[in-house]
Parts: sequence; C-alpha cells; structure tokens
Amino acid sequence: MTWSETQPLLSQASWDTLYMVGWSTLFAVVGGLPLGLLLVLTDRGGLLQNLPANKVLGQVVNVARSMPFIILMVALMTFTRSITGTTIGREAAIVPLAIGAVPFFARLVETAVREVDGGLVEAVQSMGGNTWTVVRKVLVPESLPSLISSTTTTIVALIGYSAMAGTVGAGGLGDIAIRYGYQRFETQLMWITVAILAVVISVIQFAGDFAARSLHRRGGRSGPAPRLRLLRAEEPAAAAVDKVA
Amino acid sequence: MITTSGLTKIYRADRSRGREVTALDGVDLHVREGEVYGVIGQSGAGKSSLIRCINLLERPTSGTVTVAGQDLTALAGRGPRAGKELRRARSRIGMVFQHFNLLSTRTVQDNVELPLEILGTTGRDRSRKALELLDLVGLADKAGAYPAQLSGGQKQRVGIARALAGDPKVLLSDEATSALDPETTRSILQLLRDLNRQLGLTVLLITHEMDVVKSVCDSAALMERGRIVESGTVGELLATPGSELASALFPVGGDASGPDRTVVDVTFHGEAATQPVVSQLARTYNIDISILGAAVDTVGGLQVGRMRIELPGRYEDNVVPIGFLREKGLQIDLVDNPADPAVPAVPAGPAAQALLVKEGAK
Repeated sequence: MTWSETQPLLSQASWDTLYMVGWSTLFAVVGGLPLGLLLVLTDRGGLLQNLPANKVLGQVVNVARSMPFIILMVALMTFTRSITGTTIGREAAIVPLAIGAVPFFARLVETAVREVDGGLVEAVQSMGGNTWTVVRKVLVPESLPSLISSTTTTIVALIGYSAMAGTVGAGGLGDIAIRYGYQRFETQLMWITVAILAVVISVIQFAGDFAARSLHRRGGRSGPAPRLRLLRAEEPAAAAVDKVA
Repeated sequence: MITTSGLTKIYRADRSRGREVTALDGVDLHVREGEVYGVIGQSGAGKSSLIRCINLLERPTSGTVTVAGQDLTALAGRGPRAGKELRRARSRIGMVFQHFNLLSTRTVQDNVELPLEILGTTGRDRSRKALELLDLVGLADKAGAYPAQLSGGQKQRVGIARALAGDPKVLLSDEATSALDPETTRSILQLLRDLNRQLGLTVLLITHEMDVVKSVCDSAALMERGRIVESGTVGELLATPGSELASALFPVGGDASGPDRTVVDVTFHGEAATQPVVSQLARTYNIDISILGAAVDTVGGLQVGRMRIELPGRYEDNVVPIGFLREKGLQIDLVDNPADPAVPAVPAGPAAQALLVKEGAK
C-alpha cells in the first residue's frame, strides 16, 4: 500500500480512537468520581458510614473490574444496542468503554481521596461545614493532583481497551492494526499504528504528569504528619478504638 | 461559658465482643467567660476526646455540653450527622489544631476565608474580614502565600486567624503548640493571651506541656484516665496541699541530707511572701534551717514563691515549728524523706491537712 492510500485510513482511525477515548473518559470521570467518593464516605469511619451500601458498591466495582474487557463488551451488546441502536462503530464502542472505565476510575479516586488528611475534614466540620462542603472544599481540591494522575492512567487504559474494541468493529487504530497489519500481513502499517499509539500515549502521560506536578508544586502538604485516613467525626467508634488499642 | 456535666465517651469496636475503651469518665468541667483554661494530661488521658466533645466533633456517650448558654448535646439530636442547628453552633466556636489543618491548595487568605464561605458571607466582605484577621495575627504580608511556604509558627497563626473568622466567643485549642519549637510556642501563646484580652475570648486549651499552662492559663485541670483529678484557678491549685498540678507547675527540687530530717515545701503567695519567716522560725525555736531549693516565679499572673527547707529531727520533733509556719499563713507540704524509712508517707488531701493543723496547734 502506498502512503497516499494509507494516510487517510490512518488519520480517520486516529480520530476515531481519540473520539472513543475522549467520550468514554468523560463518562468515566462523571460516573467514577462520585462512585469513588461514595466508596470512601460510606466506609467504616466515613462521613456517610453505611456498611451494607459500601459492601454492595465494593462488590459491584470488583465484579466489573474482574471481567476481561473483551467479555464485558460482548456481554453488554444488548444493552449497547438499546442505547445506540447498533453494536458496530465508534459510538457503540463508547458504551462498553465507559462502563468498563467507571469502576476502574472509581478505585483510583477512592485511593486518592483516602490520602486526604482526616484533620482537614475535621477542621471544616468544626467550622460548621456539612458533608457536601467537605467533599467540595476539601476532598476534591486536596486530592486533585492525584485525581489528575488517575485520569491520565484511565485514558491510557482506555486507549488499550479501544484497540480491543477495534476487533469487534469499533474502528480506530486497533482495528487498523488487526485488519491490515495482522490479517493482511501489512507489517509496516501495523508498526505505524503502534508508533502512533506510542506517541499519543506519551503525549497524554506527559501532559497529565505536568498538570499534576504543577498543582502539587503550588500546594504541598500543610501539616508535618498525614493522619490516618478520613475519619467520620460523628461516630468514629471503630477507628478510634483501633487507634487507642 | 463552657460547662460539661457527667461527660462520658466510650469507644466500642463494632463487632468485637466487649472491647471497650472509656476515653471520658464523667467529666465535669466549668470554664468561666473570658478565662484561659488549660487541661493537661498525658497522651491517652482523654484530652483530645474531651475537646472534640465540646463542639461535638465526637458525640459523647452520655452527659451534656453547654457552650454560651446553649445545650449542644440537645441540638445534636439522635442521628449520627450534624444537623443545621449544630453546624451553626459549631461555626461560633473556633478551633485550632496541632497540625494546623490548613488546605494546601488554598492561599493563606483563602484558608481564612473558608469558614466565611461556609457561613455564606459575600466575596468582598470575606476578603476584607480575612485581611483584617491576618493583620491581627501579624501575617498581613503573607495573604497570597501557600501554607507550604510558611513556617510552623506562621501556619498556626493562619490557623488562629481562620478560627476567629466566625467571630467566636470560644476558642478551642487542640495541642496548638505541640508541633512547634519553644520559641515559637511562646509567641503563639502570647498571641492567644492577647486575643483573650483584646477580644474577651474564652480559650479552652489542651496540652501535655506544663509550661503552656504556666505561661497563659488562668485555670487548669489535670486529666488522668478519662477523669479530671484536679481543677481550679491557678491560685486555688497552689493553695491546695498536695496538689500534683501545683507542684508540677511550680517544682522545687532537693533531697534530704540524711535520716532524721524533716523536709517541707513552703509555698507563699500574696502578702506572706514579704515576711522574713525563715529567720523568725530560726530565732523563735532556735533551730538550724537549711534551704534545699527555692524559686520565685509568676504563674498564671500570680507572684508565687516556693521553698524546700530542711529541719533537724523527725516530723514528731518539728510539729510546733511547722505549726508556726502555718499560723503565718503559709502553705506547708511535708515531703517524704527517702533516707528515713521511719517517716510514714503522708496521706494527701484535706483530711491529712486537718490532722497536721491539729497537731500543729498542740
């Protein structure tokens, strides 16, 4: 194949990949951020402690995460068709990508939010803030550098997933690599797609790291010792006993 | 201003059988308006639980908390979450923390504005108030800095400015100086003292450092294993025989030079301080007195002197001279002489004092 033949193919595929990854990242953040916060808040010692709810959420996230993406994609086909009307094409691929990425991002959010110093939560409560204030003024802003890193990780993972989605008719760079590179022995074309993916991922990683680092440099820690983890001040029974014991 | 009665806090592990920790065991505390009240105790004594129960960051298991005439435990209701009423009450109680707890992603000014945002103050009023407060704590030039760029003492000043943003009548200080060096500790305590005087702020502070109590407190309480074992104004404490807090606040050292000696601590404050008691004692009873240790200092704004003296002979031989000192209005505490096992340990408390006074009068 000549360059004039492959060039439009590759640019369309790159655009398709970015389109799928862009939208599914958006959905992953919109869905995963509240889910991750709820995982922390409903846990033992959390501000909204609710252990049964926490167990259920945790299990749902675990099951979704343990499912290989390719299986998830197939399992969700009926659901995808009911939303987009088709199971083929980049729009259809966004549905399983987003659903696969939400629990992934939620776990990363959970880890990031747990790192926030419980003393800050206590401080805002002592000022008369409610749970929503704590989330808005403390948990999200203070974990923002980590949340940005988590988003970067999620985008990179989604690029990988989107290549898998390419194998079942979603289009994108993965689709090119499989159809032309693997099935038609166009090894050169396969390597070009790999190179494009490598460049895209490097740029995203670099941009994400840069954003996280510049936020971090501005902030830094406020206290010398990070306290345990987010304690719910109203009823810190178990956590406090552990601390005392 | 702050009253707790029968305050009890028991921590239970949810699932374990019978594993309980009693952090507070019936604490009755009374802090008067406009005073600086220090609660001192070792770690694990329940100080942190106590201060967190005052603004109900922790729910007491039983007992009541009243701040500025408002029964906070009644506002709290049954549910685990703080209702609107309780949150409004909390916003009128300032709190300062050991590790400052400043938001690292906000500038100093934005940190001070945070409580005002929660109160719903408008933008311009917020920044005016925040700058005023920063000026009050001496950090007007740091408004645009981030907490990470400040020293520990400066961070705590920001913490204090933030605590004052809601115009509180009461300030709770949770080991505010424990993470600071001695020099900075002094300046932060001085600031708390100034705010107490200028704004008529009632301050309840908890600490494990006796120096903190000594330099700023009007009253103090000693906590041990969830109970308050001694409390009162500094003057009252010093006048209490056998008071652990008084001797810790105002220590005098020195051991007896040998057996068959009586060692007593003489505490004088007020007019008794000016009398030449030692020479009078020596002349009247013709005994030789050695001074083992002595100090004069200001504790909680009171001029106090304390002296440890040694009299020859056992306690039985010295009942009369000791009675003489008591008549002069001095406070006498008998010290155990470790070199002399024959002297029984003096039982502490008012009963022992009454006994000694009676013997002295003979």
